[in-house]
Amino acid sequence: MTGTHLAAQQVAEVTEATGLAGSAWLLILFPVVGAVVLLLGGRFTDAWGHLLGCLTVLASFAYGLALFFSSTGMSSSERVQNVSMFDWIPVEQLQVEFGLRIDPLSISFVLLITGVGSLIHIYSIGYMSDDKDRRRFFGYFNLFVAAMLILVLGNGFVTLYLGWEGVGLASYLLIGWYTNRPSAATAAKKAFLMNRVGDVGLALAIFIMFAELGTTQYTEVFAGIDQLSPATITALTLLLLLGACGKSGQFPLQAWLPDAMEGPTPVSALIHAATMVTAGVYLVARANPIYMQSEDGRLVVVIVGALTLLVGSIIGCAYDDIKKVLAYSTVSQIGYMMLAVGLGPFGFALGIMHLLTHGFFKAGLFLGAGSVMHGMNDEVDMRKYGGLARVMPWTFGTFALGYLALIGIPPFSGFFSKDAIIEAAFGAEGWRGWVFGGAALLGAGLTAFYMTRLMLMTFFGKQRWRELKSEDGRDFHPHEAKPVMVVPMVVLAIGSIGAGWFLAGGDLLAEWLSPSLGALQEAEHAVVPHALVPWLTVGLSLLGVLIAWLVVGRRDVPVTKPEPVSFPVRAARRDLYGNALNEALIARPGTWLARALVYVDNKGVDGLVNGIAAALGGSSGRLRRTQTGFVRSYAASMLGGSILVLVAFLAVRYA
Amino acid sequence: MTSTSNAALLIALLLIPLVGAVVVALLRGNDKVAKQTALGFSLVELGVAVASWLAYDPGGARLQQGFSVDWIPAFGVHLSFGVDGIALVMVAVIALLVPIVIGAGWADKLPADRTAGGFWSLILLQQALTIGVFAATDVFLFYVLFEVMLIPMYFLIGSFGGARRQYAAVKFFLYSFLGGLIMLASAIGAYSMASDELGQGTFDWATLVQVVSDAPLSNQIWIFLGFFLAFAVKAPLVPLHTWLPDAAAEAPIGVTVILVAILDKVGTFGFLRYLLPMTPDASVELAPLVLVMGVAGVLYGALLAAGQRDMKRFIAYVSIAHFGFIALGIFAFTAQAEVGAVTYMVNHSISTGMLILVIGMVVARGGSSLIADYGGLAKVTPALAGVFLVAGLASLSLPGTNSFISEFLVLIGAFGPEPVFTILATVGMILAALYVLWLYQRVFHGPLRGDALLNVAGGPGTAVAPAVAARKAVVDLTGREKLVLAPLLVLVIGLGFYPAPVLDVVGPSVEATLQSVGVTDGGN
Repeated sequence: MTGTHLAAQQVAEVTEATGLAGSAWLLILFPVVGAVVLLLGGRFTDAWGHLLGCLTVLASFAYGLALFFSSTGMSSSERVQNVSMFDWIPVEQLQVEFGLRIDPLSISFVLLITGVGSLIHIYSIGYMSDDKDRRRFFGYFNLFVAAMLILVLGNGFVTLYLGWEGVGLASYLLIGWYTNRPSAATAAKKAFLMNRVGDVGLALAIFIMFAELGTTQYTEVFAGIDQLSPATITALTLLLLLGACGKSGQFPLQAWLPDAMEGPTPVSALIHAATMVTAGVYLVARANPIYMQSEDGRLVVVIVGALTLLVGSIIGCAYDDIKKVLAYSTVSQIGYMMLAVGLGPFGFALGIMHLLTHGFFKAGLFLGAGSVMHGMNDEVDMRKYGGLARVMPWTFGTFALGYLALIGIPPFSGFFSKDAIIEAAFGAEGWRGWVFGGAALLGAGLTAFYMTRLMLMTFFGKQRWRELKSEDGRDFHPHEAKPVMVVPMVVLAIGSIGAGWFLAGGDLLAEWLSPSLGALQEAEHAVVPHALVPWLTVGLSLLGVLIAWLVVGRRDVPVTKPEPVSFPVRAARRDLYGNALNEALIARPGTWLARALVYVDNKGVDGLVNGIAAALGGSSGRLRRTQTGFVRSYAASMLGGSILVLVAFLAVRYA
Repeated sequence: MTSTSNAALLIALLLIPLVGAVVVALLRGNDKVAKQTALGFSLVELGVAVASWLAYDPGGARLQQGFSVDWIPAFGVHLSFGVDGIALVMVAVIALLVPIVIGAGWADKLPADRTAGGFWSLILLQQALTIGVFAATDVFLFYVLFEVMLIPMYFLIGSFGGARRQYAAVKFFLYSFLGGLIMLASAIGAYSMASDELGQGTFDWATLVQVVSDAPLSNQIWIFLGFFLAFAVKAPLVPLHTWLPDAAAEAPIGVTVILVAILDKVGTFGFLRYLLPMTPDASVELAPLVLVMGVAGVLYGALLAAGQRDMKRFIAYVSIAHFGFIALGIFAFTAQAEVGAVTYMVNHSISTGMLILVIGMVVARGGSSLIADYGGLAKVTPALAGVFLVAGLASLSLPGTNSFISEFLVLIGAFGPEPVFTILATVGMILAALYVLWLYQRVFHGPLRGDALLNVAGGPGTAVAPAVAARKAVVDLTGREKLVLAPLLVLVIGLGFYPAPVLDVVGPSVEATLQSVGVTDGGN
């Protein structure tokens, strides 16, 4: 089988790193130092904390670039390197090592995390300038970057898990940043909990690896994977996928991601759009030797991806909150990435490519949204926007480029990466090609619709805010953001233009990633001819734009939500009842159960045990009478105890 | 089997707190001097504990730094002590926590007619007896210390605790005492088996291990159950746990630390030191029973922790959940799970000890231990909030904290032999996140609420309340509090990334324990 062959090829070569790669732990050390200084330093560091925060990430970025350029010249067999650091959890046969894997996949992520991360750090200097805790914000941001780097750089599943939960912590801290809002605290807790559900999957997968293979390190797991039974491998793929769904907001664990928009907008941009939420895609791609062995596992990944991309884009059409639309857009775009990596050798590299381009344009879109909110007294309701293009030209310009990239208009970056996925989806065999290709194509149309709706409601039409006041009673005076915020937006916008063409051109990225992911293959028989797919994609996207213009752009947008609305809109506004379902099936029964148990524990268990003790002691008042009567209870309880042991003994003996 | 070199260290570890208890008791007249003296003794003890750790050779004899003198020759009872790696780490944790508890309670006001000398004297006595329990190598001596150990704790809860202190103290005493009596029956049984076998009875641990472990299963089960009940009450395992929430809620904060973080470990220590080596066949035979109790504890404790209204009772239920993990690790019989269980005992002491202390600091500020009396505290006390969160995250075993190492080892080691129990326990991970974060959210997030903070009126059920009742301004962590918490913070993070020092010390002892159960393949 091709699959087996490829897997074997990938695990063959891992060399011990030297030189620049050998000191790659510095990548992680910089932001760790930043986080420690900023979080323990206290008010003393307030004056320059934000600068230190940016500097550490920039330093890692510079190191990452150097690492990248030092490895481009290497032959593909030299490009997978291992950095041993120390034995982390050594107990007999279990040898968990703390070490790094430097390969094209991890370097790609390092550049994304520190590159986009640096820009968003810089933007945050401006965005958070009014917050008296800005220094702590940068501490959390550095903590996040460090954890995310551990996640992608670790050389085993346990180091990945460390980073995995570390980014979850940073995300928790930052979603709950505005501690005054109870909704922020609730959203933060929800994010952490839903992630933990996924983490259980990841943890169980690690347990299985150790039970079956005696190791949790990538090299050894991948080398031994083909000895396992197909059922075990499929179980592994599904458990890893559960972890991926939690972290990446994939169906059925998507509900936390839109709520996570309670955090400051730079957080949404960095953590909940560009980097952390793509960790699930990274996990599947990293575990590609496992997924290569299980067609069923891959199929489930594709189904989850296809379902999520539709769910996300449908709900995205209904929201009026600019950040929530972008959040559901993220859910949906990660669906594309999942779908791609689920296609195995036909899609691993494509998923990563879309991940990288998306990292750029979605971060840009979020920063743009942040800029709009900044100018609009933190208002997020697009019905109160309108005609902002004239007052915020830079924001509008950069946002528009991100928009074109997202809806996949050539030659912007999203076109290259998304179109490639749709082509690959149509390449799946038989009915799958039709279903997955069709879903991906439909998603493209929906994406164009909701993003055009967002553009029209925000930047075009009547300036509805002129007659309105914000919730705190102030007038709106929208204005362009400070240069420290505009410059990162411009840089990201440039990325939205060029990145796709650059990465896709001559399969540059796929080639570069092949030591990590295997060679990218192209399906021979697609249900829809390859040449036709770009036309269909662009055509459907333009149709989405047209419909959005017909529905939203032609007439005035009402300032309040229209009610009543048809059932589909109602359902979409309520997240297709995902939250209601969680509430009804898990949250409410859980609360009842806890309450009931508290009652039972106080009355039942305690009462029963006390009752026995009291009976043995001779009277029920004994427990409350203190200091006296121990001798009698001594004797009685000794008798009682002996009887108890005897009964238990007989029960065991003759049971 | 027992090496006697460096016995002086162990003798010193036993005597220093004992002498300290006497000296401090004599200084009852002056609270300040008594306090300082107690701290002095506890710091010297810590220094000796460090020396004992350094002198311990993990690859050496099963029991080290041992010594023995005759006590009741007629029954072959000796005053004999010695430590293996498992006992050593527990002794070290006690030595670490006592000075921290003294520092944390430095400013606490005691009930009206009580003296600081009395309080800290009892704490030092408790320390000496607890170290004795961990270090005893004579089964009768162990039993005696196991029971005598209850006395200082009884007075610590009953004389210095909250409103329902007497009820809680008696309940604590009865439960543990009863359990101990049943254990005595088993110990005597073991003695008589030795006397049949060898012609001469003895309570020497190593001899009893040899004799009883060779006995037929039916006899072993008898012995097992007696010891097990005593330990399961102490640990505590569900459904024998109901004394702990009352005791933890009523005891002063420092006493809660000693009780929950240290005393309870005698139970799980007993599993390892007595049940597994003495009754290996019965341990394997009855493992399902213990596993059911353990996993039930993981889930039950977590759900109840989530449902608590009182922070101190919350602590008790969190610990019940954690003890479930320890039981699972011990009775899974693999090297990883077993090492995980032992490190869990250490790490739980550190992280839960820290959590109790920070809860105490919250309670000291607000004068109430009811969760509903708080809200938005992070705004006025950001440093306290940060430390509280770290302690909470350690309690939910976040990777990067010490507790993760132990929980991970327990689960990964138990998964092979006991997949179903392990999967159920893994669900406890989600519940742990729920109860920790929910508590944190209610106390520290949201709008600042004044019920407890701004309207201080001597909240219910806390001995520390008066310290702040007069003061309306809420202050963040003081220098003393930071100093007290710093070592714990360092250990939580440090052992999370580099647990080798603990793993190395307990490894060989765990291996020896497992060999006695007949598991020698190192587990997988």
